[in-house]
Amino acid sequence: MAEHADDSWRLGGRTFGSRLVMGTGGATSLEVLERALVASGTDLTTVAMRRVDAAGGGGVLALLGRLGIEVLPNTAGCRSAAEAVLTARLAREALGTPWVKLEVVADDRTLLPDVVELLDAAEQLVDDGFVVLAYTNDDPVTARRLEDVGCAAVMPLGSPIGTGLGISNPHHIEMIVAAAGVPVVLDAGIGTASDAVLAMELGCDAVLLATAVTRAEDPERMARGMSLAVRAGLDARRAGRIPRRLWAHASSPARELP
Amino acid sequence: MNVQLNGVERAVPDRSTVADLVRLASAPTTGIAVALDGEVVPRAAWGTVVPAGATVEILTAVQGG
Repeated sequence: MAEHADDSWRLGGRTFGSRLVMGTGGATSLEVLERALVASGTDLTTVAMRRVDAAGGGGVLALLGRLGIEVLPNTAGCRSAAEAVLTARLAREALGTPWVKLEVVADDRTLLPDVVELLDAAEQLVDDGFVVLAYTNDDPVTARRLEDVGCAAVMPLGSPIGTGLGISNPHHIEMIVAAAGVPVVLDAGIGTASDAVLAMELGCDAVLLATAVTRAEDPERMARGMSLAVRAGLDARRAGRIPRRLWAHASSPARELP
Repeated sequence: MNVQLNGVERAVPDRSTVADLVRLASAPTTGIAVALDGEVVPRAAWGTVVPAGATVEILTAVQGG
């Protein structure tokens, strides 16, 4: 496959080659996860923070280290700003990174972001020197507020975590992209490759996904599909699509017909 | 004395330090972090004596997100 050197993007003062940010949850084994991560071409991947005695999957750090993939700790499971701030600080201490995917959800049924707690936590963590990548709703106003408090990226959901419903409100994603002065990463809801293409066509800088790959029947193949999808979407976005027309527009010359 | 260690009430020797509790929890020594009563205890301060009744959380990175 041809190298796309110009696919790289800047996030939090760093350059990443891949537009695909991966999560590690849901894989049936570390071996399956490894093959999927390699096939995805990702260079930034999330991990969660959990109590050591309930960990069970402690090998993930070693795996990411071996593959040369940057670790992005998240605050998954946190319900309040206080919990998320403590979890981010523990992750910084444990992993030696000030980067955090900030996630504060309202309830188990929807896993939707609690934007009041989210904004509070984002402000505290930015003040504490963190590079905050905020998982948020597909609400342009909240995205702007997150950028205002100093988040390094806003990461709106396409649809709720793990649903695979794709991008429910493309117009809102477009508005977020149009107004944002920081990278926009479409995070959550991706079900298949066309969803990732759409995210990039709408102007997102990258796509973050886990379930769509890790719970696919063939995670490695889906990871490769997602890698191609973000490239296809980026090319289409940069190429500038044709306008939608009501009536047909012949692609062959109309003159000199026999 | 008793402490709340990763959500479980545990009897531990008086004047146990954070480092003692890390050993007790069979935690690996790298890639982990400790919170004592809701505050991160930097590795350099693991000699800190844990007060009776304290809540101690020892976390590490796992698959997620």
